[in-house]
Amino acid sequence: MKELKLMKGNEAFAEAVIRAGVDGYFGYPITPQSEVLEYLMAQKPYERTGMVVLQAESEVAAINMVYGGAACGKKVVTSSSSPGISLKQEGISYIAGAELPALILNVVRGGPGLGTIQPSQSDYFQSTKGGGHGDYKLIVLAPASVQEMADFAGLGFELAFKYRNPVLILSDGVIGQMMEKVELNPQISRRTDEEVATECPWATTGRPKNGPRRIITSLELDSAKQELHNIKLQAKYKQMQDNEVRFETFDTEDADYLLVAYGSSARICQKAVQTARKKGIKVGLLRPITLFPYPSEAISKLASQVKGILSVEMSAGQMVEDVRLAVNGKVKVEHFGRYGGIVPTPDEVVKALETKIIGG
Amino acid sequence: MTETFDKPEIRTPENLVYSKTKVLTDNVMSYCPGCGHGTAHRLIAEVIDEMGIQNNTIGVAPVGCSVLAYNFFDIDMQQAAHGRAPALATAIKRLYPGKFVFTYQGDGDLAAIGTAETIHACNRGENIVIIFINNGIYGMTGGQMAPTTLPGMPTSTSPYGRDTQIMGNPLKMTEIVATLPGTYMVTRQAVHTPAAVRKAKKAIRMAFENQKLNKGVSFVEIVSNCNSGWKLSPVKANEWMVNNMFPFYELGDIKMNGELVK
Amino acid sequence: MAKITGDIVIDIEKCKGCEVCNTACPQEVIGMSKEVNSKGYNYAIKVNGNCVGCANCAVVCPDGVITVYRAKV
Repeated sequence: MKELKLMKGNEAFAEAVIRAGVDGYFGYPITPQSEVLEYLMAQKPYERTGMVVLQAESEVAAINMVYGGAACGKKVVTSSSSPGISLKQEGISYIAGAELPALILNVVRGGPGLGTIQPSQSDYFQSTKGGGHGDYKLIVLAPASVQEMADFAGLGFELAFKYRNPVLILSDGVIGQMMEKVELNPQISRRTDEEVATECPWATTGRPKNGPRRIITSLELDSAKQELHNIKLQAKYKQMQDNEVRFETFDTEDADYLLVAYGSSARICQKAVQTARKKGIKVGLLRPITLFPYPSEAISKLASQVKGILSVEMSAGQMVEDVRLAVNGKVKVEHFGRYGGIVPTPDEVVKALETKIIGG
Repeated sequence: MTETFDKPEIRTPENLVYSKTKVLTDNVMSYCPGCGHGTAHRLIAEVIDEMGIQNNTIGVAPVGCSVLAYNFFDIDMQQAAHGRAPALATAIKRLYPGKFVFTYQGDGDLAAIGTAETIHACNRGENIVIIFINNGIYGMTGGQMAPTTLPGMPTSTSPYGRDTQIMGNPLKMTEIVATLPGTYMVTRQAVHTPAAVRKAKKAIRMAFENQKLNKGVSFVEIVSNCNSGWKLSPVKANEWMVNNMFPFYELGDIKMNGELVK
Repeated sequence: MAKITGDIVIDIEKCKGCEVCNTACPQEVIGMSKEVNSKGYNYAIKVNGNCVGCANCAVVCPDGVITVYRAKV
C-alpha cells in the first residue's frame, strides 16, 4: 500500500531508494544534497533491507564504488551537487563506456567553481552533452516535485538496467530542499545474489563454473573494435530517443506562445501561464521530463502552432540550444533565466515573455 | 641432428612437478621479457587455483602495465580508472562479503593518483587483498618518474636523476599503510629468485586466506623490475634491483596478524 | 639410493628469452637458442641432461612457459 508523508526532496529520494530495493549507496557530503546520506544513515537501511551505505573519502571514490558495485550487477546509487558531480565525471564516463547500470543524483547549485549553495540549473550542458570524456549519453531525468524525486529512484533503476546505462537525476536546490507531500511506494525486496546472477549474466560475481569469465572494462586498444563499440553505444542512444522521451504539457491546446522549462523552473512557469492567461495572453507550457532523450519532436510540433517560444531555466541559457535545434528556425526562440542561485518569479517570466517574444 | 636432452620416458602425469595453472589463460602476457608482473600474476593465479576459489574471486585491474591483467587471469575481473581500484574493491566486497576480492596495482596507480583510495580503503579496514607492484617507474607510459622512484634514479621525466630537492622524495606507501588500524597484514616481497618467488607466494596465500577472517586489508608489496624503463637486460635489472631497490625498500614482513613486526 | 632425474618442457613460442631461468638453474641446464621464435626472441633451450626437476626455472619464469617433471630412477 502507498504511504503518504511530508518530506524534503532529498529525503524522499533517499527513502525511495531504500524502498526500491537498492543494494548500495556511496556518497560524500556537499550542500544542498547532504540530507540524502544523512537520511540513509539515520534510517539504518543496512538493518531495514541489508543495503550498504558508505560515506566515501571523496566524490571520486564514491563514483568508483558505484562502478565496482554496478559491475557486479547490484543496484547502486550516488548523489552529489554540482562541484561534486564534476569530480565524478571520469567515473561516469567509465560507467557509460563499460555499459553499467547506475543511478546518480545531482542536486544542482550555482556555479562556476565553488559558486553558491543556492539552486541553479546551470549543469544542463554537463548532464546532457557529455560531462566527461568520450561519446556517451546519460538518460537524464528532471524532477519537478518531491513526488518525482521519489518516483525517479525506481524509474531510474528501471531504465538503467533496461539499457545498461547510467541514469542521472538532474534536480536542483529547490526540489532537493523543499518539503511536499509524497506518496511512497511499498518496499520492494532486494534481489538475491542468485537473482542478480540470473538477471545480469554479464556481471562479475565470480567466474561461472561452466562459462567464460566476465570482464568489465572500457578499454579497447584495437581502434576498429573501439569504433564498433561506439557504433553500438550510438544505436543504444537512438533506441532511448525512440522509446524513452517523457514530457508533459499545460494549456498548450489553444496556445499562441509556448514556455519550455524543466524542474523547478517548470513550477514557476505553471504560475506564469496562469498569470499571463489572466492578462489575455494565450500561453502554454511544455515541461521536458527527460532531458536526454529530449522531447524535440513535441516541441517541433508546437512550433508549428505558436508564434514564439521562451525557454526558461536558472542558467545563462543552456537548454535553449536544444529548443532552438528542435524548432529549427520555424519561430522565434528566446531564453530567460536568472542565475547564481537566484530563482525567478512568475511575474518576471511573464514580463520576459512580453518583452522578448510578444513585443520583441 | 642437434641433441635435445629430452627425457620423454619421465614425462608422465605422476612425475609432473610444475605446470602453468589453469587460472592463467593461454594468452601471451603483454609484459616485457623478464618482467616481474608475469611472475606476480602467476603466483596469484596459483593461489586462487590451490584455494579452489576461481569461481568465487573478483579481481580489479588498474591503469598501467597491468591494465590488461584481465586478459591473463581466468577469473571475473573489472578494470578500474587510474588509482581507483580500492574504491571498486570496497564496493564489491561490501556487496558480496563472501567473495574473494583483490586489487592489483602498480606504484603510479597505488602511490600517486590513487593515494587517497589506498589509504582510506586500508584505514576503513576493507576485507580485501591489495597486491602492489613497485618497480619505481611508470612502465606503461614509457619510463617516467614514479612516486617510488629512488633518489638519484634517472627516468624519462628525471633524466638527470631524481633530485629530491626539486622532485620530492620516494613514498613508502607500504610502511604508511602498516600504521593504519585497518590493515591486518602488510609485507614486502620480491619475485626475482626461486627462493623469493616461493616466499612471495606464501605471503599471497596468507593474504587471500586472511579474507576468511574478516580482519581488514592484507597488503602485499612486490618490489619488481622494469627492464625497459630501467634500460637494463632482465638479469642486470634484477641485479640492479637487489643493489639499489632492496636497501631502500627492505624486504620482509611489516605487519602480521594486525601487529607491527618491526 | 635412488637417483633423481628431471626434465623440462619449454613452450618456445611463448618464451621471451629473458634468461631469468638460466641464472636460476643450479645444474646449468638452460642456455639460449641461436634460432629465434616467431616473435623474434632467442628462446631458452636445454644444453645438457643434468636436470633434476627442481623447478627453479619454472618458478621464476615470468611467462610460465616451463613444465617440469621429476622421477626417481
